[in-house]
Amino acid sequence: MVTADLLANAVVAGLLLGGFYAAVAIGLAIIFGQLDIVNIAHPAFIIAGAYTAYILNSRFGIDPVLIGVLAAPLFFLAGAGIYRVYYGAFERTGQESLSGLAFFFGLMFIIEVVLILVYGVDYRLVQAGYIGESWRIGFVDLPFRMLVPFVVAVALTAGIYLYLARTFTGRAIQAVAQDRLALQLMGVNPIRVKQWAFGLGIATAAIAGALLIIIGPVEPSVGRQYIGRAFAIVVLGGMGSISGMFIAALILGIVESLVNTFMGPSWAPAVAFGVLLLTLALRPSGLFGR
Amino acid sequence: MSDVILRVENLSKRFGGFTALQNVALHLTAGERLGLIGPNGSGKTTLINCISGALYNDDGTIVFEGADITRLPPHQRARLGIARSFQIPKPFRSMSVLENLRIPLEYAAWSRAEHRRITDEAMHVLETIGLKELAGKSSGDLTQVDMRKLELARALAAKPKVLVSDEAMAGLSGAEVDEIIEILLGLNRTGVAVIMIEHIMRAVMKFSERVAVLDAGQKIADGDPQSVIANPDVQRAYLGE
Amino acid sequence: MSKISPFWVSAAVVLAAGLAFTEIVENQYYFTAIYLILQGLIMAVAWNILGGFTGYVNFGSAAFFAVGAYTAIALDKALGLPLPLLIVAAAAICGLIGLGVGYLTLRLKGVYFAIATLAMAIVLETFITNWSYVGGARGAYILTPDKHLWFDSYSEMLFMLMLVLAVVSVAISRKLNFSRLGRGLAAIRDDEVAAECAGVPTLRLKLVSTTIMGAMMGVAGAPYPFFVTYVDPLSAFNLFVAVNAIAMPMIGGTAHWIGPVIGALLVGSMQEIVKVNISSELNILIVGVMLVLFISLAPQGIVGLVQKHFLKRKA
Repeated sequence: MVTADLLANAVVAGLLLGGFYAAVAIGLAIIFGQLDIVNIAHPAFIIAGAYTAYILNSRFGIDPVLIGVLAAPLFFLAGAGIYRVYYGAFERTGQESLSGLAFFFGLMFIIEVVLILVYGVDYRLVQAGYIGESWRIGFVDLPFRMLVPFVVAVALTAGIYLYLARTFTGRAIQAVAQDRLALQLMGVNPIRVKQWAFGLGIATAAIAGALLIIIGPVEPSVGRQYIGRAFAIVVLGGMGSISGMFIAALILGIVESLVNTFMGPSWAPAVAFGVLLLTLALRPSGLFGR
Repeated sequence: MSDVILRVENLSKRFGGFTALQNVALHLTAGERLGLIGPNGSGKTTLINCISGALYNDDGTIVFEGADITRLPPHQRARLGIARSFQIPKPFRSMSVLENLRIPLEYAAWSRAEHRRITDEAMHVLETIGLKELAGKSSGDLTQVDMRKLELARALAAKPKVLVSDEAMAGLSGAEVDEIIEILLGLNRTGVAVIMIEHIMRAVMKFSERVAVLDAGQKIADGDPQSVIANPDVQRAYLGE
Repeated sequence: MSKISPFWVSAAVVLAAGLAFTEIVENQYYFTAIYLILQGLIMAVAWNILGGFTGYVNFGSAAFFAVGAYTAIALDKALGLPLPLLIVAAAAICGLIGLGVGYLTLRLKGVYFAIATLAMAIVLETFITNWSYVGGARGAYILTPDKHLWFDSYSEMLFMLMLVLAVVSVAISRKLNFSRLGRGLAAIRDDEVAAECAGVPTLRLKLVSTTIMGAMMGVAGAPYPFFVTYVDPLSAFNLFVAVNAIAMPMIGGTAHWIGPVIGALLVGSMQEIVKVNISSELNILIVGVMLVLFISLAPQGIVGLVQKHFLKRKA
């Protein structure tokens, strides 16, 4: 039965979920959308972020969001290092399409298996005062474990948006895919810009991971479900456009939440991939086209 | 003068808001040598991409040997007899020079090739181009000029009726330019019509029976080389006002 | 009489050795271990037709494998067809899925195809999970038939069947490698635009390639339910299957038909040894690390390393 309060709750839950999805996809919007690097290991980095939050939270009781922010610089360095390897092995020799994909696929697997070897396949979670709480406005529920990630994700998205639009480095990142030559003429090394941008993209995974584990318990293979979501959002959002990505994330969140409510949770994983397949088949330039 | 083999009518191509070609008309008679010139960005490469099928034009028609080929994919145009070389060489890098020629022989020229003698036919093409000694060499290891020759050899192996040569001489030395011109003239003598796109005016003047000029997506001149060069519009396009 | 090629002599020797093996060896462990290696080999060969020969990376191997397995389950349950027919049916259905996914996405850049195959895997897994006829999320039990020809056990028969299928797959891949079609695929891998302008019908060849790939993956999956006797979506759609299918050709070398064979035998045997002596998680980790190391340091795989070595000695 479709009732008004069920529908309203599903839509609101979807909006909150979609906001969180923006945090999941924003790193990929930079790395895949703007640098054209097919980092399918991105969700694995998010899981690594979630485990970082779990480890520090269970040991020192630090707030998971704070951990995410503190871990971001470390993830940035890791990302910059991985880009060096990627550039040296594939991009420089022009083999990124075939080998680069397999490289990230292998990387994804290594991260996942190392986590399984160290922490097993049990679900892990974090403790924070607000996680069990919720607001109730009319008949609509606003659980804090969804609301906090939503707020942080929106702040993250806004921050990245402003960074890309307003700062010199941000503009250089946006230019690097479109006009390398112009960058070189301005005395900017495009490889350095890409390395910086890749690091930035991976840094967002630290925060997205912390948000993920606030929403619910996490185990190493959960990451795979986010491959489709993240890519669906980036493609649907028109590759690299941050605002397009944000709207696409909200749409996906709402659609998934509706499917979850009215068809059952076992169908939810197919939504993102179905959206992705349809977008690729019908409108590969995304909703907002480039 | 023989019959018109290729006719382009009212051709237009837009990229988003940018009009790359506008109402271009061009024809080529069988066995003719046509030079296509124009400043950078004038639409030369877009035009031959439309002719070879790499891009589809928005308006206009392309007729080859009396048949409308406007909507045919590139490989079918290659089979009909339109071959092209690329400005930036695109060899099949995993293959040897000889193997590179097998592809067009086995695909584009399949109906006209003698299937049991593919290797002989490939060697014959390499001989006319002057790459015979390099037949077994890996195509990725060639020098610039040999890479350009391979481009022409591969186009020739498709047994074309029309060959479109896209800046086959850019960046080559004077002697190498003469070498390529000789190759193209030799091809033409076997009855292949050639459209030569080139910035090197010496090569264009030496080679072409007729010259067409593109500027900002429109054809501004078409005729015998001397009169085209003397045309004030052409001089303005090249030298600026 | 024309000359018999060394390949067919070796194939005959392998099959004869397999038959002798079933007569001599008693310990059933060897049959299950080799069955798994051969299953990996067929999938590696299948992956390589699209990934290696044509240059299109595919992450959906596990999905084709699982659809092959579930086709067998469903048709076994519905019609009780004999195993050879189930294999043919699985090949047909997986080939069609390959064709369909290819048709939807192959006109785009290669990366989209790769991502679409990943997407397809999850969509299919969701469908199977929600399809109660084949057990849904709970999984399905398969009764192995009592009959096993002249073999001592059913698993010995499956072992021999898999050996035949593997030899046939390798023969197809080898034939393809040296055919006009195979040269067309190589041209696509090297430069798709140049291939099209040389008269290669690139879209059609890519579709042929995805169809063969899908069909072969389905063939690898069809006997699987009878081998394990219990299948659920999680085990059939295991991503590890996909990793193996990519790692084996990448490690062996993708341009030549022998590459995935070498890779599969090497990685597959190593996996069985590590699995028995150490742990299966470590086993997965080793494959992942080997994959990353090989594609970063030796992108042409073992075949490439050997070729380079000989070229150096010749020069």
